[in-house]
Amino acid sequence: MSAFLEVKNLSVSFPTEDGLVHATNDVSFAVELGQTLAIVGESGSGKSVSNLALMGLHNPKSTKISGQAIFNLDGGPIDVLAAPEETVRKMRGKTMSMIFQDPMSSLHPLYSIGNQISEAWLLHNEGGKKEAKARAIEMLDLVGIPSASKRVDDFPHQFSGGMRQRAMIAMALVNNPKLLIADEPTTALDVTVQAQIMELIKNMQKEFNMAVILITHDLGIVAEVADDINVMYAGRLVEAGQVYDVFYNSDHPYTRGLLASIPRVDSFHGGRLSTIPGQPPSLINLPSGCSFNPRCAFANQVAGNRCQTEMPELTAKAPKHLARCHLSAAEIASASKNGVGA
Amino acid sequence: MLNYLGRRLAYAIFLLFLLSIVVYLIFGLLPIDPARISCGVHCSPATVLGNRHRLGLDVPLYEQWWRFICGIFAGRTYGDGAAQFTCPAPSLGYSFPHNSCVTTVIANAFPFTLSLAIGAFILWMTFGISFGIIAARFRGTWIDKTATAFVLIGSSLPTFIVGLLVYIAAFLMHWIDPISQGLWVSPFSDPFGFFKNFIFPWITLALSFAAIYTRLTRGNVIETSSEDFIRTARAKGVSNRKILVKHNLRTALAPLITNAGLDFGGLLGGAIITETIFQLPGLGLISLKAVLHDYDLPLIMGTTLVAATFIIIFNLIVDLAYAYLDPRVRIQ
Repeated sequence: MSAFLEVKNLSVSFPTEDGLVHATNDVSFAVELGQTLAIVGESGSGKSVSNLALMGLHNPKSTKISGQAIFNLDGGPIDVLAAPEETVRKMRGKTMSMIFQDPMSSLHPLYSIGNQISEAWLLHNEGGKKEAKARAIEMLDLVGIPSASKRVDDFPHQFSGGMRQRAMIAMALVNNPKLLIADEPTTALDVTVQAQIMELIKNMQKEFNMAVILITHDLGIVAEVADDINVMYAGRLVEAGQVYDVFYNSDHPYTRGLLASIPRVDSFHGGRLSTIPGQPPSLINLPSGCSFNPRCAFANQVAGNRCQTEMPELTAKAPKHLARCHLSAAEIASASKNGVGA
Repeated sequence: MLNYLGRRLAYAIFLLFLLSIVVYLIFGLLPIDPARISCGVHCSPATVLGNRHRLGLDVPLYEQWWRFICGIFAGRTYGDGAAQFTCPAPSLGYSFPHNSCVTTVIANAFPFTLSLAIGAFILWMTFGISFGIIAARFRGTWIDKTATAFVLIGSSLPTFIVGLLVYIAAFLMHWIDPISQGLWVSPFSDPFGFFKNFIFPWITLALSFAAIYTRLTRGNVIETSSEDFIRTARAKGVSNRKILVKHNLRTALAPLITNAGLDFGGLLGGAIITETIFQLPGLGLISLKAVLHDYDLPLIMGTTLVAATFIIIFNLIVDLAYAYLDPRVRIQ
């Protein structure tokens, strides 16, 4: 039995006047129902772009997409990258839903919360407006909006930031989707609210047995909620595996850098935070060889300038643990022990 | 809400009050004597004095103004003895060049201006907004480029050039009859005659507005289409057509209410160039004559106050409409 969602060799690029921008390059992954996949990486690493492709939200005129994104549904598999636009449109909001970073700008300012949730329900269900509104109240109640039957007629500007994101979640889940893509759902929220929203997503996942793709650069959240993690750099997957493996046995220097840059309460020595030197590369003019080599502390550990000349393959460093590096897991571990990349 | 309306109304009356003072001051400072002009070249000083008294110009400026204000509420009586006549309240004074009360002159002129404004408004809103939406939808294609050319030409050609071109075209097509022009034809008794009278002035007046509204609509629709909430609507599975109609246009067109209301309100004060070219005796044309030929202060005052009143009223309507359309705007 294949996974619920299988993404194979997904590439997304945007033709511009300066050249082709390779936003996402040859990305493959799979998500099971009930599982959470976290995708992490810097801004511009292709996290959002690849997921917008899964939703079919790219403008076909200005985007080149190749690869497959197969949803294994009860009625048979559908490849949303090959299916007709109308088929994908009917899947949006029903099979897969998406919530976004800034709930204020993501909700329509001129329609009431209830109206917007009802609209999502009416699009995919037979039924009248009354039924839709009842459903909207039910969903608002479910995501923890107090006195939902009154607040349903409120407008987005009358909600607080956390409540807006709850309303977004209610709207995304009103049709019991199989996949929820959460694109940095907590970035625009207060720290105190972030945990509540993640908790809510987690609970909803259990309630609806959904697959969740969580796009974030908050590794703390990943550790709490994700089952699997994909690390992306410059449009490519550089490391993929189960969260525990990737966190404790990182096999890619970039992942190690990311983890090292998290401020930690237990090992804070009063110095500056650790950073990865340099800038993310231009997606039009990627460095030759490994995209990460100009910033990589381990590049000099590899013989014969291979990092500068040869793009490493995404290979299994351990069972269910892939990384895109010329060094083996053992080599990275020992170099790291000798102070490289510290 | 009532409180708000009350305050706006009080403010409007104050503004009109102020305006009347300014117009009187301007007229008082002009080195022109309407009493002398009113009796021609060969005029005895006694006649000038008599006229000055009949025109009510023999008292100081502030008293002239005060009589004007009182006239609005109580009506006004001119002259003495047998030559006495009255303009009933609300009186805006008596226009000697027209030999009738200003309110009557304005009431006769207003149907022309109103018909011109309404027809042009419908034309430019229909075409401006449709062109704008189509141009935005087909952004970057030849359709969009054609619309942009229309915007450039329409908004850069002055009205008097457009008016003359339209007039010549209409004349050559025998659509305009210079003799019957300027006579009022009621749209209710003779719709075709009314239409024939007004279609060319409408086109003239609407062209530049249509160009401006095309540009505004196109810009707003394109800007709105990159908003996050449009992406949300697409993520819900809303069809492209419904995204345009329900999600985009409501947001994109709301700001146009402001422009539309103020433009329309402004036109109700008279469209001087268009009315002059087509010799439509609306508020614009009679104001122009009052200023340039007759130095007819009461009429100038009357048309100015009427124009200002419309602008103030439509300002209020715009604010109310905006509050209705955008829940984020609350009136208090």
